[in-house]
Amino acid sequence: MSGLKLSWQAGLALLFCVAAAIMLPLAGAAAPYSGGTTALIFVLVAGAALASALPVPNLISAAILFVGAHGAAWLLIAGITGNEGTARTSFFLLIIAGWLLAWRCVTVLSVLRPVDRLANTLLRLLIPVIFGAWILILWEAITRGAGIPFVLLPPPSAIGVRLANSLPILWADVNQTIFKSVVAGYILGCGAGFATAILADRVPFLRRGLLPIGNMVSALPIIGVAPILVMWFGFDWPSKAAVVVVMTFFPMLVNTVAGLAASGHMERDLMRTYASSYWQTLFKLRLPAAAPFIFNALKINSTLAMIGAIVAEFFGTPVVGMGFRISTEVGRMNIDMVWAEIAVAALAGSVFYGAIALVERAVTFWHPSVRGG
Amino acid sequence: MQALSDVDLTIKKGEFVSFIGPSGCGKTTFLRVIADLEKPTSGTISINGMTPEQARQARAYGYVFQAAALYPWRTIERNIALPLEIMGISGVDQKARIKRTMELVNLSGFEKKFPWQLSGGMQQRASIARALAFDADLLLMDEPFGALDEIVRDHLNEQLLELWKRTNKTICFVTHSIPEAVYLSTRIVVMSPRPGRVTDVIESTLPHERPLDIRESPEFLAIAARVRDGLRAGHSYD
Repeated sequence: MSGLKLSWQAGLALLFCVAAAIMLPLAGAAAPYSGGTTALIFVLVAGAALASALPVPNLISAAILFVGAHGAAWLLIAGITGNEGTARTSFFLLIIAGWLLAWRCVTVLSVLRPVDRLANTLLRLLIPVIFGAWILILWEAITRGAGIPFVLLPPPSAIGVRLANSLPILWADVNQTIFKSVVAGYILGCGAGFATAILADRVPFLRRGLLPIGNMVSALPIIGVAPILVMWFGFDWPSKAAVVVVMTFFPMLVNTVAGLAASGHMERDLMRTYASSYWQTLFKLRLPAAAPFIFNALKINSTLAMIGAIVAEFFGTPVVGMGFRISTEVGRMNIDMVWAEIAVAALAGSVFYGAIALVERAVTFWHPSVRGG
Repeated sequence: MQALSDVDLTIKKGEFVSFIGPSGCGKTTFLRVIADLEKPTSGTISINGMTPEQARQARAYGYVFQAAALYPWRTIERNIALPLEIMGISGVDQKARIKRTMELVNLSGFEKKFPWQLSGGMQQRASIARALAFDADLLLMDEPFGALDEIVRDHLNEQLLELWKRTNKTICFVTHSIPEAVYLSTRIVVMSPRPGRVTDVIESTLPHERPLDIRESPEFLAIAARVRDGLRAGHSYD
């Protein structure tokens, strides 16, 4: 028949549905799923898989797939609550069928080309959101369905609850680690790396002397340096900022030195024909040409700074800070709190990185990698 | 390695002198020595009574390179403003000069565009405008149209002649195209390689007024033939 939109994801999902029906029940022992719920799950998965082949507009088939996949996943996970670890093969087959439908949904969505700009932006957000949500759904279903011990891997819902209940503590940790150690260390480290690069560029003998030393500093093991810096600068945030400085200095130095050499011969000859001074050439030609390199260093350093500050707190700190919290809560087997800190660190790191990437796009709009061609 | 030897040449004010020769004959090196981008091992060069170093410091010449070498982070008008900023010319004066030179190279209306939004020919015109903006009497051009196609090149040659007549500048023009050299110049310097030397200096007998079809006239062809003979005589490898 013409117009049928067949896909391997929907076909495979149907196959998994049949297999799951053969291997019923969904869970052992206490039988948490009523007959109605079980039937509804099958209707959602199989129905969405079949309906997705109908010759309807893409937006409608995406909506059907979305409802089918997430409805089934919701019912499956809600049903297992209180009966963790009792899920049978059938449960996992249905979860995978749901995941395949979500995959199909994203595939359908990504070929949509809405004319409206707002719709376009929403769509570009929705696709990664569905993708991320399914990582959490699979994580939740597997940890709870298979009853994985809490200390090994808590389900994301437990981490979320812990996160929501510990906001004041988490905020105090973020304030200590990020707004004090990371920000101060990042600014000092990047600034010093940049200034040293300019100095090495201006004074040739420094170029030969400083770069090897900078190289050596970057090779220092952070685990060895951190306790020494804690002894030098005390338990509070300045010692962590010092660790961040040590970590961020070298990437900035190397990238800026490389960037300053990035301008072309012809462009530099041009400045020479204008009898341009060293500083005029630096500001009008060499630094703009070096901007892509400098932003690379800023992005690399944003993640290095987070790692440095958190690890440094393992070696002595006041009773606040993300690294302190992680090391003490691991000792108390409060793994959900450790994961909550990890989630906060990941979020803060992403925001930090994203902000720098946005500034980069605005500043180096002229670079082929940004303007696309 | 010796790139150039025994070059003795006087260029008068307002002349359009072309340097022609095969690659490796030192024509670009010669231009770079005049511009103080390279130092000669011996001999003297005098530009309006100054050494090349002094002439460069006095911003006595504008240099047009083989490629436009516009800065991609600056709009066309900011690119033309670049030498003016470096030379400390005031903002109002900058605006007037940008407007004038952009009209001179027929680029009005493209002030706010970025170089990468323009065609190769337009980019090279912008780079000529940049070299003209600070009113140096001497213009050094190093194969400025070498990378452009024949049609654009003809068009720019015509415009360059027009510009030269209007501004009364002295132009030193490096090329390896015989028609281009004959069409543009009042004097053609034929050079040969290994080592770079001058084999012939030809005074053009063509009139000042030169439409494009002058290139079919017997006079033009005679000069072109003499240039070709000079080039052939200098070839040591055949």
